[in-house]
Amino acid sequence: MTKWTRDLVATELLACEAERRDRGRFTDEWPELDLAEAYAIQDETLCRRLERGETLVGVKLGLTSRAKQQRMSVDQPLVAWLTDAMVLPSGVPVPNSRFIHARVEPELVFIMGADLAGPGVTAATAMAAVQTVMAGAEVIDSRYTDFRFRAADVVADNASAAAFVTGPVMLAPELLNLANEAVVVEVEGRVVDTSTGAAVLGHPGEALALAANVLAERGMSIQAGQIVLTGGITDAYPIPPGASVAFHFSSLGSIHIAGGQ
Amino acid sequence: MLVSQRYASQLLEAYRTRRPIAPISEREPNLTLDDAYAIQLAQVEAWKADGAVIKGYKVGLTSAAMQRQLGVDQPDFGHLTAEMFHPANATIDTSAFLQPKVEPEIAFVLGRDLSGPGVNVAEAIAAVDFVLPSLELIDSRIENWRIGLIDTVADNASSGGVILGSTPTALNGVDLGGVGCNLIGNGTVLASGAGAAVLGSPINALVWLANTLGARGIGFTAGQVILPGSVTAAQSVSAGSVVTADFGALGAVTAVFG
Repeated sequence: MTKWTRDLVATELLACEAERRDRGRFTDEWPELDLAEAYAIQDETLCRRLERGETLVGVKLGLTSRAKQQRMSVDQPLVAWLTDAMVLPSGVPVPNSRFIHARVEPELVFIMGADLAGPGVTAATAMAAVQTVMAGAEVIDSRYTDFRFRAADVVADNASAAAFVTGPVMLAPELLNLANEAVVVEVEGRVVDTSTGAAVLGHPGEALALAANVLAERGMSIQAGQIVLTGGITDAYPIPPGASVAFHFSSLGSIHIAGGQ
Repeated sequence: MLVSQRYASQLLEAYRTRRPIAPISEREPNLTLDDAYAIQLAQVEAWKADGAVIKGYKVGLTSAAMQRQLGVDQPDFGHLTAEMFHPANATIDTSAFLQPKVEPEIAFVLGRDLSGPGVNVAEAIAAVDFVLPSLELIDSRIENWRIGLIDTVADNASSGGVILGSTPTALNGVDLGGVGCNLIGNGTVLASGAGAAVLGSPINALVWLANTLGARGIGFTAGQVILPGSVTAAQSVSAGSVVTADFGALGAVTAVFG
């Protein structure tokens, strides 16, 4: 059996991503793997992405809704990294050949107008650093079989980050009641789910504050100009080739996503 | 005694004693949807004989999740009487109910008469004077909410009461499907949803009911209140519960249970 280390797990996760290969969770093979070590693995995978030429564009939160935490049996939100290789241009079908078992979920997205460094960031001070709010669709793709993981596994796996697309409307945060900003999820033209921004920790500003405070524990911060994906508002939906999913936001416009090859 | 009279009597007795009855559908597996509505109407006639006034209707089973759960592909309806309306922010006595739950809804108040069949979305919108934020108090006279379609239809579509907010909004320019709602219980977000959870848009429930009642020769009259169906899953309430349906720009309504 492999004696897992930070470097070996980082190598294996990036290999799984490149080879479209899912695997069992590391916490079964490395029971001592804790959250601190998992974030160190995540940071190591980021370093390797940057070394191969990718650019850091922001951060994402995962498991910010209570429903999702319960379903995944993980009791806390997670923070992870976004690079330019994950950007999916508007209107481009989800390239399933790049992914293992991609799912898509609606999110509220912030573009930062100022740096935001914890500790001690509150939802109010976090929102004051936001320049623009947009709708988003995040493609998640766990490198673990059937999305089965513990908190440390999913943190090491960069919170299942795969790709994201932003919506058509940009609004200043003071123009929106984000707790009541609604999303209607349509799959093949049928309404399958609805929710509001309150599903994200009561208000997406709470998620942003949490991200800043979690990053501060490792001496890092969120920078002006970065993108923050605040976490899925509803369940994530499969997007196989030929599928069509739409997220209709009440003030932030609609995102239409097609499943591609 | 007609089967409809027999079960109507049992349900009326359940209201009086607050003791629920066993599911009717398990005892009478051959009952049809028309039989179930006959049981409901027999109770409505009994209420009217006691002086009850019909103030509107409710549509139920409007979410994909509820329809899946009960194995049905269409909504149902019940009657709202004057005494079912409770003021917001005033204590509602939960002991008057058997197993109450609340659901946030966008209530329609009609400005003019509307009769089906043949009503379309445009005519339905034109007949609406304004919408109000509302909480529907649902309840079941059937044990442990163990309901099938026949049971809930016979039991007045599991109606219990209505709490209307006081923020009227005209429909001009409002996308009802995109209206977000958070259901807050004792300070915590219990559930979140949007109007589209109701048949794609709550207006579709109004159209369905106008046409369904129209086929029975019944029309809506101006001033009636129509509850189109819940935006989120129902949440149980008990003495001490304080529940708010927050519809953002469309206002909020709070029910207090004692």
